[in-house]
Amino acid sequence: MSPKFSRKFFLKTGLFSGAATLLGSLFSGLGQKDQPTYNGEQSPKTAAQNKGHGAMTTMGQVDHQRNGFDPHQMLTDWDTGNVSTLPNGQTLREYEISAIDKEIEIAPGIFFPAWTYNGRVPGPTLRCTEGDRIRIHFINAGSHAHTIHFHGIHSSSMDGIPGTGPGMIGPAESFTYEFDAAPFGCHLYHCHSTPLKRHIHKGLYGAFIVDPDPERHPEYEDTARSRLLGTKENERWQEFIIVMNGFDTNFDNDNEVYAANTVAFAYQHKPIKVQHDQPIRVYLINITEFDPINSFHLHANFFDFYDHGTTLTPTNENIDTVMMCQAQRGILEFSFEDFEPGKYMFHAHQSEFAELGWMSFFDVVNKDAEISV
Amino acid sequence: MSDKITQRLPKWTWLILPVVLLLGSIALFFATNPLEPLGVQAPPIEEVTVERTVLDEEGIHLTVRVNGSEPVKIAQVLVDDAYWEFTQTPKGSLSRLSTAKIDIPYPWVRHELHEIKLITSTGATFSHTIEIAEPTPAWSLQRVGAYILLGIYIGVIPVGLGLLFYPYLKTLGSKGLNFLLTLTIGLLAYLFIDTLQEGFEISQQTAGVFSGNLLVWLTTGIAFLIIFAVGRRGGQAPEGLSLATYLAFGIGLHNLGEGLAVGAAMASGEAALGSFLVVGFTLHNLTEGIGIAAPLLSRKTSFGTFVNLTLLAGLPAAAGTLIGAFSYAPHWGAILFAIGAGAILQVIVEVGVFLTKNAPSKSWFTVPNLTGFVLGVAIMYGTALLVAV
Repeated sequence: MSPKFSRKFFLKTGLFSGAATLLGSLFSGLGQKDQPTYNGEQSPKTAAQNKGHGAMTTMGQVDHQRNGFDPHQMLTDWDTGNVSTLPNGQTLREYEISAIDKEIEIAPGIFFPAWTYNGRVPGPTLRCTEGDRIRIHFINAGSHAHTIHFHGIHSSSMDGIPGTGPGMIGPAESFTYEFDAAPFGCHLYHCHSTPLKRHIHKGLYGAFIVDPDPERHPEYEDTARSRLLGTKENERWQEFIIVMNGFDTNFDNDNEVYAANTVAFAYQHKPIKVQHDQPIRVYLINITEFDPINSFHLHANFFDFYDHGTTLTPTNENIDTVMMCQAQRGILEFSFEDFEPGKYMFHAHQSEFAELGWMSFFDVVNKDAEISV
Repeated sequence: MSDKITQRLPKWTWLILPVVLLLGSIALFFATNPLEPLGVQAPPIEEVTVERTVLDEEGIHLTVRVNGSEPVKIAQVLVDDAYWEFTQTPKGSLSRLSTAKIDIPYPWVRHELHEIKLITSTGATFSHTIEIAEPTPAWSLQRVGAYILLGIYIGVIPVGLGLLFYPYLKTLGSKGLNFLLTLTIGLLAYLFIDTLQEGFEISQQTAGVFSGNLLVWLTTGIAFLIIFAVGRRGGQAPEGLSLATYLAFGIGLHNLGEGLAVGAAMASGEAALGSFLVVGFTLHNLTEGIGIAAPLLSRKTSFGTFVNLTLLAGLPAAAGTLIGAFSYAPHWGAILFAIGAGAILQVIVEVGVFLTKNAPSKSWFTVPNLTGFVLGVAIMYGTALLVAV
C-alpha cells in the first residue's frame, strides 16, 4: 500500500498535512506497543524473507503409556497366537480379540474417541503361516455391534459381515471365527458393521500377515523361507508393519490427522532405527477412510513391491513410490547397504497427508549401533 | 397477617432474602446434581473465535477468544492443512471468555490466501481465513499521517464542500428548504440502513457469546434514546444550529464507522483503495454537507460555525481509519456502528419533526417532499456504487 501514500501524495495535499501531523502526534500514543515497527515507508518484509520459518510439525508429546501402545513397539509386534497342533497335524493358532471403546491420543493433545481391537489402533498384528487353522475368539466389549471381517479365503458364514453367519455381534456378545490361513500375503482385518465408514475410521482394523509355507513353493523356497517368521533366513531381515490411517477428529467426513500407525509424526519425532547391512521388509496396509488413495514414498532409495504380498516375485521392481486404494496392501523390500548413515525420509506423497502427520524417517546406522525400536 | 410480618421486618430483608435464596438454590443444584436422571453427559461445547490477525516478518499472530462449558485446550495449529509450530500466551487451558495470543512462525505468502485451523483437545476444529495476506501496518508517524489524511479525504473535505453550497441554497426560499430537508431525510435513511448493515456484518465476526446481532439492535436503540433525550432536554425539539449540530454528530459517527471499514479493509489488504475510490467517497459524502446545511437556511450562520460543523461531521472518519487500520476487536466495531445507527435515527426523527413544523400547509406528504426523499436515497445509492469495496 505504500506507493499510494508516497512523498508526492503528501506534498500534493500540503494543505492538510500540517493538520495530519498534528493529529498523528495525538494518536501516536495508542496502538500496540509490542509490535515491531518497519523502517519508515520501506516495504515491509514478509515472514518468508526473514527469520519466521518455523517447522511443519505438531507441538508436544503423545503419552504412549496412557494410550497403552507405542507406535515404535507396534512396528515389530507380531502376534502369533496360542499355538497347538490339531489331531490331523495342522497347526492351530488361537487369538482372543475384544472390541473396546477407548479414547486415544492421536497427536499431541488431540484425543479421539476410538473403537479399538484389544485397546490399540491398529489392532494386534496377527501373523501365521499359510495352511494354519486360525481361531479368533471375538468378544464385543464395546457399545456398538461389531464384527471382524478378514481379507483372505474363508466360508460365507465366517465372512464377518451383517447378514451372513452370526452377522453383527452385539455388545456383550461373542463369536468365534475359524478358517484356514490362505492365501499367503499381507492382509488385513476390519469391522464390517454398518455404517461401515464410521466403524472403520473409528479404528477397528489391523494387519493379518500370512507367511508362505516354503514346502508349498519349491521353486521359490529360499524366498518363501526368508518371509517365514522364525527361520534363520528371516532373522536377517528387518521387518516392520506400517498401517496408513487417518482420523476425522471433528466428524465432518474429512481427516484432520494422517499417520503411519496412528500417531501423527511419530517416526518424524523419533526415526525408525535400521541397520545399513540388513535388508528391510515393510508390510504396508492402507486403511485410510474418506480419501480415495494413500501412498508411500521412500527417499534416496528404491524398493521392490509385492502387491498384496501374494506372490514371491515382485509385481513392481525398482520403484520409489507406491499408491494404494483403501484396503490395498503389499510388501516393500529394500536395503540401505552402502548408503551413508543418517536420516532417510519416507511419507505419503500426497503432500497434504504428509503435512497432516504421515511423515517419517528411517535412521540408518552402522552395525555397531544397536537396534532400539 | 403476612402484611404485618413484611412491615415489621426491616426493609433491606427483602433485598437480602432473594439473593440468599438464589445462592442457596444454586448451591443445592450443584450439590445434588438433579439433572443426573436425564443422563446428560455430552462432550464439552467449545468455541474459538479469532478476533485479530497480525502478519509480520515473524509470521502470523492471532488473538483468539474461547468460550465453552469447560476450559478449552488448543492442542495443535494447522496452517493451510499442515501442522505447524506455534506458541500460545498464556499457555495451557483457556477459561471461558478469556483470550490468548497464538504466534505461528509461518512463511506466509504475500497477496495469497491462508487458512488457519485450530484443533482443540477434543478434536474440534475452528477455522480462520486470511483472505489476502498483507503485512499488518505497524505504528509509524508517517503511516498514521497517511491514514488521517485518508480520513480527511473521505470525511472532512466532502462535508466542507457540501456546506459550501450554503449561500446558494439560501436563495431557494422556503420551498427549497423543504425539498432539501426531505432530501436530507432520504440521505439519512440510506445512512441508517447502511450503518446498521455494516454493524451486522461485523457482528458476524464476534465470538458467539456476545450475541452480535442483539448487541447491534440494543446499542442502536439505547444510543437513539440517549441522544434523543439529550436533544430534547430543554423540553422541545432541536432546531436551527442545534439541529444542524445533531446532524453533524450523527453523520460524524457514521463517518467514523465508514473510516473504520475503509481502514480495516486497507490494512488487511482486502481493498486496493485507489484514488478513484477516494474520489468516490468524496462525492458520496458531499451530500452529507448539504444535509447539515439545510436546517441553517433560515438563520444567519458564521464561518466559524461551518468549520466546527465540518470537523464534527468529517473528522471522525480520520479516527475511524486509524482505529480500523491498527487495532480493534470486532465486538467494539459492532458497537461503534450501532451507536452511529442510533445517532442517525435520532436526526431522522428530529429533521422529520422540523419538516412537519415548517410545512407551509398541514399536509407535508407532498410530491416535492417525496421527490426530495427519493432523490436523497438515490444519490446516496448511486454514489455508493463508486465505493463498493
